[in-house]
Amino acid sequence: MSAAQSAMNSDADTSARPAALASNNSLPIDYLLHLADNALVLGQRNAEWSGHGPILEEDIALSNNSLDLVGQARLLYQEAAAQLGNGATEDTLAFFRDVPDFKNYTLLELPHHPPLAGTSASDRDFATTLVRNFLYSALMVLVWDKLQHAPHAQLAAIAAKSLKEVRYHLRHSRDWLLRMGDGTAESHGRAQAAVNHLMPYTQEFWTSTQYESEAAKATGLDMASLQSDWNQIVDQALAEATLKRPAAGGFIPTGKHSIHSEHLGFMLAEMQSLPRAHPNATW
Amino acid sequence: MSADQTTSSPALKEWPLWEVFVRSKQGLEHKHCGSLHACDSQHALQMARDVYTRRQEGVSIWVVQSSSIAASEPNDKSEFFEPSSDKVYRHPTFYEIPSEVGHM
Amino acid sequence: MYTQSFNVPDASDTSNAVATAALKSVPKALTEAEVALQAQFDARIDADGKVEPRDWMPEAYRKTLVRQISQHAHSEIVGMLPEANWISRAPSLKRKAILIAKVQDEGGHGLYLYSAAETLGTSRDQMLDALHSGKAKYSSIFNYPTLNWADVGVIGWLVDGAAIMNQIPLCRCSYGPYARAMIRVCKEESFHQRQGYEALLVMMQGTAEQKAMVQDAVNRWWWKCLAMLGPPDADSPNSVQGMRWGIKRISNDDLRQKFVDATVPQAKILGVTLPDPDLKWNEERQHHDYGQIDWDEFWATVNGNGPCNKERLGARVKAWNDGQWVRDAAVAHANKQAQRQAQKNLKEAA
Repeated sequence: MSAAQSAMNSDADTSARPAALASNNSLPIDYLLHLADNALVLGQRNAEWSGHGPILEEDIALSNNSLDLVGQARLLYQEAAAQLGNGATEDTLAFFRDVPDFKNYTLLELPHHPPLAGTSASDRDFATTLVRNFLYSALMVLVWDKLQHAPHAQLAAIAAKSLKEVRYHLRHSRDWLLRMGDGTAESHGRAQAAVNHLMPYTQEFWTSTQYESEAAKATGLDMASLQSDWNQIVDQALAEATLKRPAAGGFIPTGKHSIHSEHLGFMLAEMQSLPRAHPNATW
Repeated sequence: MSADQTTSSPALKEWPLWEVFVRSKQGLEHKHCGSLHACDSQHALQMARDVYTRRQEGVSIWVVQSSSIAASEPNDKSEFFEPSSDKVYRHPTFYEIPSEVGHM
Repeated sequence: MYTQSFNVPDASDTSNAVATAALKSVPKALTEAEVALQAQFDARIDADGKVEPRDWMPEAYRKTLVRQISQHAHSEIVGMLPEANWISRAPSLKRKAILIAKVQDEGGHGLYLYSAAETLGTSRDQMLDALHSGKAKYSSIFNYPTLNWADVGVIGWLVDGAAIMNQIPLCRCSYGPYARAMIRVCKEESFHQRQGYEALLVMMQGTAEQKAMVQDAVNRWWWKCLAMLGPPDADSPNSVQGMRWGIKRISNDDLRQKFVDATVPQAKILGVTLPDPDLKWNEERQHHDYGQIDWDEFWATVNGNGPCNKERLGARVKAWNDGQWVRDAAVAHANKQAQRQAQKNLKEAA
């Protein structure tokens, strides 16, 4: 059974404990923020489907997904705030940091539609949403599976909880990938377009940042080591869905390096508007 | 599945209705809690978990297509009428209407 | 969330005719069997028993329930919209999570109710068709906009509060699946009211701007919530039959009085003013007197001319239409899988 399969399977757990590691007291703040920002930004995006889903059952599924992600974000921001001290809270981190402070993958901040500029208007496309959820969930089952063994107790606990949730997200999005890819001609076309649009954004998973390298010393997680398992999960699903993987290449985004797409600014303006209008208020 | 299933069942046109049964704790029985629409049993199970258990751990869920359930006739009716059907309730989609007949 | 005002007939009904006809014994000649079954049904209702899907029931009872339950379900899903309006702008992560969960619960309630209605011989597609075409109604309270963050708390406190008053008696309604759905709904609904009230309490202990937001929201929603509990009993012809059938347990006016009496002390604790100069305790009646509701405005909104009617329905119709390809894909995929399985069985048998 491959590591990828075992990460997906709730019963088996074959990831090895890392060898000698740095102290487990602190992690690079930017690393915690990267994980938290990923969860919050995608949670915010998926919540946009509330009340607009293609069928009531899926409305509930996407809200559930969003709630899980916001919950993960809260735990991670709280951990970062505890480390920062100085009056930092989950909310000061979520609502009072600007675009250049956010460390999420660009993939996650994209609106739910094919490539368009920041001010273009467009309908939400379910294929874009679900393909994005699949690509990210496939990564996070591997990430959380490793991190649940990190010596940092809180991170390990967050990872264990998040792993249960993301296995569910992966199954949900993978099932939809198959239904769309191997469904009707229209659904196949939309799913393929979404794959073509989103796949290049995943290149960002494999670039490296200073804070990830620092964190690796404390957690034992080397992102590069996940790439082949991630490819396996993705290729297998695409094949079953009768979808083609686009040729490698294309612009490599830099969201986790704090340089984002045009879309994050609009999202944060909306998300942060109320607390920023009332900076001394408690809610 | 037996060799008799040479022809697949009639093609779906809409998401069928499934009845959901949940056992919340070991030692209890599965209880009927309601229904939902899904295209296949995996989907039905996932949805049932979202809707009827709010993702609780350790619950057991059964889903059955509503049209597959055979139900007994309540006593009062059986005194007066021949059993009209054995379906669990009178749902418009439990009976195949040829498409030529149109919407009914 | 539901309002009793949904014993308002659909565009297709004529209220008085249906109600009074149903009150009298069935006009056309009954067979001996039907007379006996009707008597058994009546006796069961009188004994506070439950009617289940396969039991015999008068056609008018079944029709009334389909309409009431489906409208209740529609109300839940349309009701997701005014609140979902604030998810992206919730002012803290905790409030965001609470709101997402609440809106999700409402979707779930809609689902329980559609499920109950389907046991009566109608399908989800038929019910949604009625909603989207404007034939079926939903609770009119959702035709009003949520203009500031405090609206979310006020909806929890007042709208859910009124809905709970209506829903608790429904847990004892005569139709089994509806009663059971309502029990599930009521369990979850009390959280919603408490969370809404708590959000307001925090704001009322906060800045001047926050307090102003809350008062503004209360000023806009108070009268609408009173009207939400339904027209005065004198103007509610369906109420009588509903009571007779064990579907409706308490009159609109009684519910309204209960609601006012419960809410006045809650408002006092919050420190908000309810926008009714005639609101005062009547020692003799041992209840609060309150002012005149603007029923013209209520009916105007129910009949389609409220601030958000077109937007709410438009959003639901769009979601349904835009989602057609998704639903079709799932069906196509399921059919393909079934075909493959059948072919696999053929091969294995050979």
